[in-house]
Formats: sequence, C-alpha cells, structure tokens
Amino acid sequence: MTGPKSAKAFTEEQVQRYARHIILPNVGGAGQRKLLDSSVLVIGAGGLGSPVAMYLAAAGVGKLGIVDFDRVDMSNLQRQILHTNDDVGRPKVESALEHLRAINPTIEVVGYDDLLFSTNVFDVMEPYDVIVDGTDNFPVRYLVNDATQFLAKPLVYGSIYQFEGQATVFMPGKETPCYRCLFPSPPPPGTVPSCAEGGVFGVLPGVIGSIQATEAIKVITGEGETLEGRLVLYDALNMDFQEVRIRWDADCPVCGKEPTITELIDYEQFCGVPARPE
Amino acid sequence: MSVTVKLPTILRKHAGGEARVPAEGATLRDVLVKLESDYPGITKNVFAEDGGLHRFINVYVNDEDVRYLGSLETELAEGDTVSILPAVAGGS
Repeated sequence: MTGPKSAKAFTEEQVQRYARHIILPNVGGAGQRKLLDSSVLVIGAGGLGSPVAMYLAAAGVGKLGIVDFDRVDMSNLQRQILHTNDDVGRPKVESALEHLRAINPTIEVVGYDDLLFSTNVFDVMEPYDVIVDGTDNFPVRYLVNDATQFLAKPLVYGSIYQFEGQATVFMPGKETPCYRCLFPSPPPPGTVPSCAEGGVFGVLPGVIGSIQATEAIKVITGEGETLEGRLVLYDALNMDFQEVRIRWDADCPVCGKEPTITELIDYEQFCGVPARPE
Repeated sequence: MSVTVKLPTILRKHAGGEARVPAEGATLRDVLVKLESDYPGITKNVFAEDGGLHRFINVYVNDEDVRYLGSLETELAEGDTVSILPAVAGGS
C-alpha cells in the first residue's frame, strides 16, 4: 500500500474530489494516498456489499473488485442501494460496476460474475489488499474466512438477520482471532437462520455495511482502532449497540496451534445457492 | 443473582417477542435452566446433545465469551448481562 507511488502528487481533480478527506485529521493527504494505492475485494453486491462498495468507491480506493453471481431482482431494491429499478434482470456485477463508475470514474472497478469455490477463491482474492465479506450464506463465509487466513489478508466481516447485525475485523497474524475462533464450523442446516429466511429490515445492511466500509478504510490507512478482537452487535429494532470480545482460540481448526483444516472446504450449499459445478 | 438475558431475534418468539428477559441463578447453567422453565423450548438449540453448549451459538457474560470463563459453570454477579449469540450468515 506504500512504495514509490506514495510520493506521487494528487491531480487537481483528486484534490477537489477528496478535499474533505485531505483536510481531515487522521486521514489527510497521506491517508488519501494510501486509499488511492489500495485494493479491496467486496464479496457480494447485495445488502451489505452495496454500501460497502459505494463508500469505498467514493473514498477513492484505487481498485475495487466486486464478486456476485446473481441478477438484480425487484425484491432486492428495498435495501440493495447499488441497484436501481432499471437494473432488474441484469447481472448484479454489471449493474454494480456501472453505478460505482458513476460515483467515481477515476478508480478501477473489476467485476467477477461468479460464485466462489475452493477452485477459484485464491485467484480472485490474490490481487487485493483487503477482503470485505458481504455474502449471504455459511458455506461462502467459511470459504472466505479460511482463504483469507491462508493468504494472510485482512477480512472485514459483517452479517445480518432481520433487525440484527454483527461486524468485526479479522487480521492475519499469529494468535489473532479468525471467524472459526468465534464459530468453529457452520451450523447444521435448519438450526440457525440463513440466507433470506424471515425477511430483512431494509436499512439494516446500510448500518452494518457502513461499519464494514469504515473498518476497511481504517485497515488501509492504519489510523484509529479497528474492530479487531471485538464483535459489534447491533439491534435496529431496539437501537442497541453491544460489543463482545473475540479471542484467538488455541484450538481453532484453522489458526490454532494444531490446525486440522489445512485446505479449503466447499461446504454443502443449503440456501438455494447453486452447488459447485462438477 | 438477578441477571438480564439478551435474546437474539430467533429466540424471541419463545419469550413473547421480548429482546431482554430477567432471570435468576448463581451460575450460567442455573440461568439457562430457569430460562427454559420460564420459556419452554428457548434453550433447545443452545445445549448440545452432550449437555454442553453448541458451538454455533455463543454465550457471553457481559462482554466475555463464557468459554473463557467457566462455560456453564460460570458464576454470575448481580446485574450481569447474559447474551446469547447465534452465528448469522445473512448479507444480501
């Protein structure tokens, strides 16, 4: 994120576009340069991915990757603010790229109209500094966690259910927690809600996604204190924010002392998501 | 000890939709047993078949995961908050 580019001066347009960041303590010209030199992969262009991608594009993250295999459905528009009425039926990635370019045509945006599996996740993640998880199912969440652990990349996590959301940051490194330290394996299908069950309060992903965008920017700029080691719990219905600790688990199957998971796993899909192609 | 139990959305249906309910007990196990007697079915997915806590549901006393305290034998103090937190995957 640093290097020879760091010395590069801002263009006149960049000075204008990022003026409110450049004059802001704890971002400043140096922070803005880090953002411009950074790359972030946003997994999912839905409820969480929409605000994440829009804010990161606006903030001037130099390269933004968007992964989504789905098409825009009318029922998405109640919360997936990256897409508009005219986009119904289009691939989400196509719609996302167009709207992100409209927000900020000076950054690079890359689309992956694909599902993530053990076979492609490394290739997709490899070029990016920071990974943001905005997916909607357990198999991909575990795949993303394990892949970021193996690649030693920061993972900005967020998830939502009805009126409730969770967010945190998992940093690579020795004795730092990962998602499996929190929940070692996916719950058996049917035991906890997954995917679209039971509806979602439209504004909720806006709150959690904005927290994820905030954390991604802090991971890149290195300023402030990220959510590493802390899980934020948000209850929109009661407007209640709570924080609990996440500790590194020495028995974690991926990042513990004696890992039992040393390669990627494609868990069985149980949310109507297409299964892995043979 | 009187404690407050914070319920995730999926368990609120057992407690008349309440997000927080009072409970009594000296240990986490006591509180969960009391909770089950007040709201039958509420701890069905909290306990595993071996009688321990399921690994896809975390329980916190205040801000600490009970796995790092005393699990079900964690002693509670007056006014503690017990939070039950399931893994959540949604995002779309």
